[in-house]
Amino acid sequence: MRGHLILRVVSKLLIPFLLLFALYVQFHGDFGPGGGFQAGVIVAAAFVLYALIFGLRATQKIIPPALLEVAVPLGVLIYAGVGVLTWSLGGNFLDYGMLDSHDPSHGQHLGILLVEAGVLMTVSSTMLLIFYTFAGRGR
Amino acid sequence: MEFLINLILLLFLSAVTVAIIGVRNLFAVVVLGGAYSFLMATLLIAMDAVDVGMTEAAVGAGVSTVLLLSALHLTKTDESPARHSNVLPIALSVLTGLILVYGTWDLPRYGDSENPMNTYVGAEYLERSIPETTVPNVVTSVLASYRGYDTLGETVVIFTAGIGVLMLLKGRRRREDEDGEEGRRS
Repeated sequence: MRGHLILRVVSKLLIPFLLLFALYVQFHGDFGPGGGFQAGVIVAAAFVLYALIFGLRATQKIIPPALLEVAVPLGVLIYAGVGVLTWSLGGNFLDYGMLDSHDPSHGQHLGILLVEAGVLMTVSSTMLLIFYTFAGRGR
Repeated sequence: MEFLINLILLLFLSAVTVAIIGVRNLFAVVVLGGAYSFLMATLLIAMDAVDVGMTEAAVGAGVSTVLLLSALHLTKTDESPARHSNVLPIALSVLTGLILVYGTWDLPRYGDSENPMNTYVGAEYLERSIPETTVPNVVTSVLASYRGYDTLGETVVIFTAGIGVLMLLKGRRRREDEDGEEGRRS
């Protein structure tokens, strides 16, 4: 896209703030509204915006589809892996209290953080992958 | 005041819905769908469901609009005229709507402290979340900790959706340009 100077400049200004906001939504999910699902969608939206302005090929150079194909199952594995970890520490499946032997509430925080990271990974990469697949067919 | 805001938002929602039914240009329908989602998100925030409102704004208005637009890119932008009479589908929709309205008569009043939501397990979560998990946002502690199984299931659903789209769309493309990409790779 050669023209559209205003769109290019504005989106370049917007995208860093979009990603920062996604991180805020992700890590502030314990205290305010938000979490892995919302943050994941915002991350995907930032890259979709980039793809709409600068083209699909430029976006796929930054995040290749092969990377996304790994990240989609990896997020689910992180989530389920936390469950297996709490199992192996002697608790129930996804019993985060086991993650910290001194203070179960710390374990809860850690568990929620890890699980939300898994959700973020799966949601953002799935959304982006679906967009890649749809947009790539139109060429 | 809150009643007035809700009323205006609901009126806007029904206006957008009627417009979606009437407009035949699919591009306009997708944009109106995004407007519907934003109105819905505002309504959810007015009902104090901030987490749900945020998701609606991000997923409904953001990503699904983009996905529908990129799907539209692959088809025509105008809806083809109906081949059959509209009477039966309209009658069926109106009947379903009436049944749903009839169903709302049995719903507990919105915001009532005697709601099942406020009397059974919901109150338990509110009482125990802070001492047990020290997470101030109860929505997060319910979503990720108390109902961790459900959220794992939801993540797997998204994972499955991604795999489904890949299997349906990516595989066919590979067969189409067999001499191109695939030929070079082997």
